[in-house]
Amino acid sequence: MNTLLATAQGDLSVFGQDPFWLVVIKALALFVGLVLLTLFTTWFERRVVARMQQRSGPNRAGPLGLLQPLADGIKLALKEGVTPIHVDKVVYLLAPMIAAAAAMLVFAVIPLGPVVSMFGVRTPLQLTDFPVSVLYVLAIASIGIYGIVLAGWSSGSTYSLLGGLRSSAQMISYEIAMGLSFVAVFLWAGSMSTSQIVAAQGSSWWYAILLLPSFVIYLISMVGETNRAPFDLPEAEGELVAGFHTEYSGLRWAMFFLAEYVNMINVSAVATTLFLGGWRMPAPISTWWPGANEGWWPLLWFLAKIMVMLFVFVWLRGTLPRLRYDQFMRFGWRVLIPVSIVWIVVIATLKGLQNEYQVDLRTTLLWIALLLVVVAGFTFVLDLRRGPAPVERPEEFDPFAGGYPVPPLPGQEFVVTRRATATIPAVPVLADTAAEGEEAQHD
Amino acid sequence: MSSLLALVATTGNTGETIVFWVCAIVAVVGALGMLLSHKAVHSALFIASTMISLAVLYVALSAPFLGMVQVVVYTGAVMMLFLFVLMIVGVDSSDSLVETIKGQRVAAIVFALAFAGLLLAGIGSATYEVVGLDQANSVDGGNVQGIAHLIFGRYVLAFEATSALLITAALGAMVLAHRERHTPRATQRMLAEERVRSGSPQNLPGPGVYARHNAVGTPAMLPDGTPTDRSVPLPLRGVSAVVGIDSEDTTRVNALAAGGSVIPTADEGTES
Repeated sequence: MNTLLATAQGDLSVFGQDPFWLVVIKALALFVGLVLLTLFTTWFERRVVARMQQRSGPNRAGPLGLLQPLADGIKLALKEGVTPIHVDKVVYLLAPMIAAAAAMLVFAVIPLGPVVSMFGVRTPLQLTDFPVSVLYVLAIASIGIYGIVLAGWSSGSTYSLLGGLRSSAQMISYEIAMGLSFVAVFLWAGSMSTSQIVAAQGSSWWYAILLLPSFVIYLISMVGETNRAPFDLPEAEGELVAGFHTEYSGLRWAMFFLAEYVNMINVSAVATTLFLGGWRMPAPISTWWPGANEGWWPLLWFLAKIMVMLFVFVWLRGTLPRLRYDQFMRFGWRVLIPVSIVWIVVIATLKGLQNEYQVDLRTTLLWIALLLVVVAGFTFVLDLRRGPAPVERPEEFDPFAGGYPVPPLPGQEFVVTRRATATIPAVPVLADTAAEGEEAQHD
Repeated sequence: MSSLLALVATTGNTGETIVFWVCAIVAVVGALGMLLSHKAVHSALFIASTMISLAVLYVALSAPFLGMVQVVVYTGAVMMLFLFVLMIVGVDSSDSLVETIKGQRVAAIVFALAFAGLLLAGIGSATYEVVGLDQANSVDGGNVQGIAHLIFGRYVLAFEATSALLITAALGAMVLAHRERHTPRATQRMLAEERVRSGSPQNLPGPGVYARHNAVGTPAMLPDGTPTDRSVPLPLRGVSAVVGIDSEDTTRVNALAAGGSVIPTADEGTES
């Protein structure tokens, strides 16, 4: 099948040539690598959050507490998997498997390095690639949502159901923003294949700089997509106990846990591939040391970039409080998506000018800058002719403006007033009948 | 089994054959399961599995773009929205088999036959002159480029008309679901300011504050010794015995406020 996938697109012909045993080895290595990286990430997160909160975190099991995740894993595996009576058995057992399996699949198309020699075979450090592999990432992510939604539904518990509903709405909304942020990358790279996007960033700046708005939108939506703080509303402890996985325990819960951390690694890897130059070392170092982008070294750069992104996740968790649900959804639909669409129109226009009229990007940007300078100069002259706007300031000082005791503004004079003359209406505080109207609000 | 081997021999690609048989079986079982399962969510799951196996078949037939879009749009968005609605139905409810629309079965059979005819006609005309996807893909240098060329070239009008139809549908749904707000929504700040203006921005007094009993129904006492009904939950209001102003308590509170002793006197101890 792989030979079929690697269609006539020049670069992609290196894929699909591997012998069967090598494909198995690569797939196994990805699986084992992801599980190990998950174990490491849990330790890393606990240590970093601990440092941010001025404590030391796990430091007993093994050197620096590195074996702590192993101990936790063994504990989880040995725990009893409680199945509540009211669950829909089949779906209840299927849900964690879907979540974990979907999370594992994404890395199949992530390029980890250039073509290397593996057991005597020249092969790219990537399981496979095809012309639409970034769409494959989106498709797998949308299947992963099923795991969470079905877990919420099949548990037969209100907390789980609410968590599942929240997470499905949240992930669908933020997947739209995420998909839109990819569009600019597709337009600029001229391809939807991960290895070609990395190759395109080899000859230009990283898309994180070139397409900064897309990168920012992706950074926000990837946190929403993985249900991590500050967007961890589906499992908000304060309101939903643990959300969709309230009724799960033991190994089944561990699978959700694994899925969450693997998803974190996935979105970090996608961010690295699409915006941070993938496995490539950027220009100043790669010109000084050309070997940095050959052989097995790039795997190290790739892992380093992923670790930086994971640190961002932990940093966000250690810093920001959880958003309110309606604010979160409004932000996704009314801010992220419109901004993405406007940005795509801008990029498409620039790219269209470049493709159709052979206008250099620099020339276009210069014209735009010129236009902006002209508009700025015009408005400046207009402002000069209009003169300074009169500053309006209330002459009389109201010490209880808006119901709060306030200090006088510059230019206002503080007059000693008695409380009785202030604008605050005299409310009989102690009379119970007067406060009847605001009962509901307080209850 | 022999036919399977013959197929392998004719196509000459074992991997593709295995993919076909696995996906075909999953797709057909999914379609049957969708029809036969009693729970709506199970039906949705079966049809999702059908969609995914069809997508895999598309990819295997060197139409990767179609396959991926099938999963993103249909499995990821459309089915998920269905599931979203179905979830609210709850885990322990089955669908009712009572026919609510008159003549539904007849209409369903007629439409199914019409659709089958349309499908046969479409496939028939397509097999009349076969070029093969590989050749079709090679015209524009790839599957994605080929689809883009067709959608934004030859079929641009149909494409735009379809998108206009979809936007109209979305707009219609929004109009139907829209509810006019007559007053602006109170923001958090407005609520806070209103609370400050009300004269008592603090929390309500808890039961038992300055009171002699700590039952919820016992009204709290304000610092001056008057009982306040506001600490009593609404259902209990007026039911419970309202404690009147106890002059003894008032004196005690006043004594405390003046820095007096907290230790009760002997006669107070025996009273309670």
